[in-house]
Amino acid sequence: MSILVNKKTKVLVQGITGSHGSFHAEKMLEYGTQVVGGVTPGKGGQQIHGVPVFNTMKEAVAATKANASVIYVPAKFAAAAIVEAGEAGISLVICITEGIPVMDMVKTIHWVQREKIVLIGPNCPGIITPEECKIGIMPGYIHKKGPIGLVSKSGTLTYEAVWQLTQLGLGQSTCIGIGGDPIIGTNFVDVLKLFEADPETEAIVLIGEIGGSAEEEAAEFIEKNISKPVVAFVAGGTAPPGKRMGHAGAIISGGSGKASDKIKRLEKAGVTVVQSPALIGRTMEKLYRERYGQESRSRV
Amino acid sequence: MNIHEYQAKELFDRYGIPVHKGCVASTPEEVYEGAKAIAQKDKIFVVKAQIHAGARGKGGGIKLVKTPEEAREAASKILGRNLVTPQTGPEGRPVQKVLIETTSPIHKEFYASVVLDRTEQAPCLIVSCAGGMEIEEVAAKEPDKIIKQHFCAQKGLDSEKALEIAAKMTEDSTAVDVFAQTFQAMAKLFVEKDASLVEINPLAIMESGDVLAIDAKINIDDNALYRQPEILGWQDFSQEDSREVEAKKFDLSYVGLTGDIGCIVNGAGLAMATMDIIKYAGGEPANFLDVGGGANKEKVAAAFKIILTDPDVKAILVNIFGGIMRCDIVAEGILAAVDELKAVGNTRIEQMPLVVRLEGTNVEQGKEILKKSSLKIIAASTFEEAAQKVVAAIKV
Repeated sequence: MSILVNKKTKVLVQGITGSHGSFHAEKMLEYGTQVVGGVTPGKGGQQIHGVPVFNTMKEAVAATKANASVIYVPAKFAAAAIVEAGEAGISLVICITEGIPVMDMVKTIHWVQREKIVLIGPNCPGIITPEECKIGIMPGYIHKKGPIGLVSKSGTLTYEAVWQLTQLGLGQSTCIGIGGDPIIGTNFVDVLKLFEADPETEAIVLIGEIGGSAEEEAAEFIEKNISKPVVAFVAGGTAPPGKRMGHAGAIISGGSGKASDKIKRLEKAGVTVVQSPALIGRTMEKLYRERYGQESRSRV
Repeated sequence: MNIHEYQAKELFDRYGIPVHKGCVASTPEEVYEGAKAIAQKDKIFVVKAQIHAGARGKGGGIKLVKTPEEAREAASKILGRNLVTPQTGPEGRPVQKVLIETTSPIHKEFYASVVLDRTEQAPCLIVSCAGGMEIEEVAAKEPDKIIKQHFCAQKGLDSEKALEIAAKMTEDSTAVDVFAQTFQAMAKLFVEKDASLVEINPLAIMESGDVLAIDAKINIDDNALYRQPEILGWQDFSQEDSREVEAKKFDLSYVGLTGDIGCIVNGAGLAMATMDIIKYAGGEPANFLDVGGGANKEKVAAAFKIILTDPDVKAILVNIFGGIMRCDIVAEGILAAVDELKAVGNTRIEQMPLVVRLEGTNVEQGKEILKKSSLKIIAASTFEEAAQKVVAAIKV
């Protein structure tokens, strides 16, 4: 098993004829993801990378029976694309697009929740169940099938952590980048719940960053509900307060949102928090062995 | 994006939030003329420096004066200087404009703001009877003095809720009505103008009984500026770090820091983690620089040029983990940047240790491009190794 996506997942690419959409559709197909088609208004009827292009999500879903979609459309159209996917019956929407106006997401998110659509992102790298299904922009080759579930606010820092795990022989069940925007769909707690319930996930890596209080909420949930070992890193410990670092998730202001507060709360919840991002893999290896013994490496 | 107080008050006025009668001036003479034009019987003037930072009073940027002549005099001491406040850093911010308002004695101060509550995923009105203080301080010391009210972005703040909150703040029935209207207007402005913050601190009941927004602070979501053309036109680059402004032109996010290791990284999380690991390895990062997802050759070249304008930089660390961004494009960008810099006679890049760590999409092609070049690049295969090598390169 794994969470949310596997080899049966049928994916539509929204914005498939754009440069990012096209590039990553190809990479997803190469990885073995069942990309069954794409949507670009006005480009219906064409073929790209051997898959059909449709004008609307409704047509695409009717023709392909897809159950997931990934969004690469420009920021100003992205919130509407999420709604279009949901209205067409898609239950898992992964929004890669960065730079979506916050107000667009504020106006969209409650509808998404009411319709019980699982939205990952926006402004995220996507989701991958190694050797089965890659939906997003992460480089496929750094992943390997195995027992570690990974959830992260960051994009590229996630790849870094995955690569460390893979090089140590620790494969992953599913890796999810939830995105660092102020308003996101799936959050840490949602993913932790799924990892705890997933028998293939034996340990969890959580990567947070300064800003907001998602890490504190995750810590509270872990304390009460997670039986599996958790290793965490919080990026931005050395960032000066009050400065915006790249995306909106990375703002520290006043007393909350600081890396040190987040680390303290996570440690109190029993999470092993590493100070250096280079130690994520090695620390997980140690923790994993302590919990499951040497022999479990054969399951990796 | 930040806007000035006078711009925020212009929006307030348009939305029906009561503000002082005022005018903006950029020379002492304009201040004098402006003060004469707005003068009212029995009212004094306040001259306020317009900079993108708070705590202006503490830095001497807010002056109370009695006559237009005194206003001119006060303005001549503020205009054209850099104002240093507890929020600006030691270099301060240039004062190019002042706001002159008539004012009168305040009876009681309050606080009101609208922000986004990420946990509830909805905008939230925050009010407090402890006006004039930093809201963070109130939240820490007297949390029960703060009232929070979430509202729906589509529907706005309804009048019943607004009145209910206003009634908790004061018993003065006229003021209750104005407060409620103000809260509703703030909510409307927040949504319509794509704000990330609308703040009035203090919101005051004057001795005359009038309610007024004494100060105004509005921040706008950068992602939405494309549909807020008026506000985009209000952008004041003089208030921002010149390197940050230059970076923005290329859609890069740059934040200057005090160390000596220049960083070029893709992704905000990895960029922060790179700063963290440099510190962990015993070095000091000179900047945060995220080249973003869809970077091209020009962007990478721009990143190099921006970093090299920082005289403190002694070495550069490039840490790229390609997802959207392809390593071959990064490699070409590095070469293009070096060529361009050499062409304009900038030889600093040639003497500077350059540690490059590439991983991810098209990594082999990227490494090959760098290998074939004549550059003396210190290659690193892991994140940790890259940090250690760049720190070691400086110590030599």
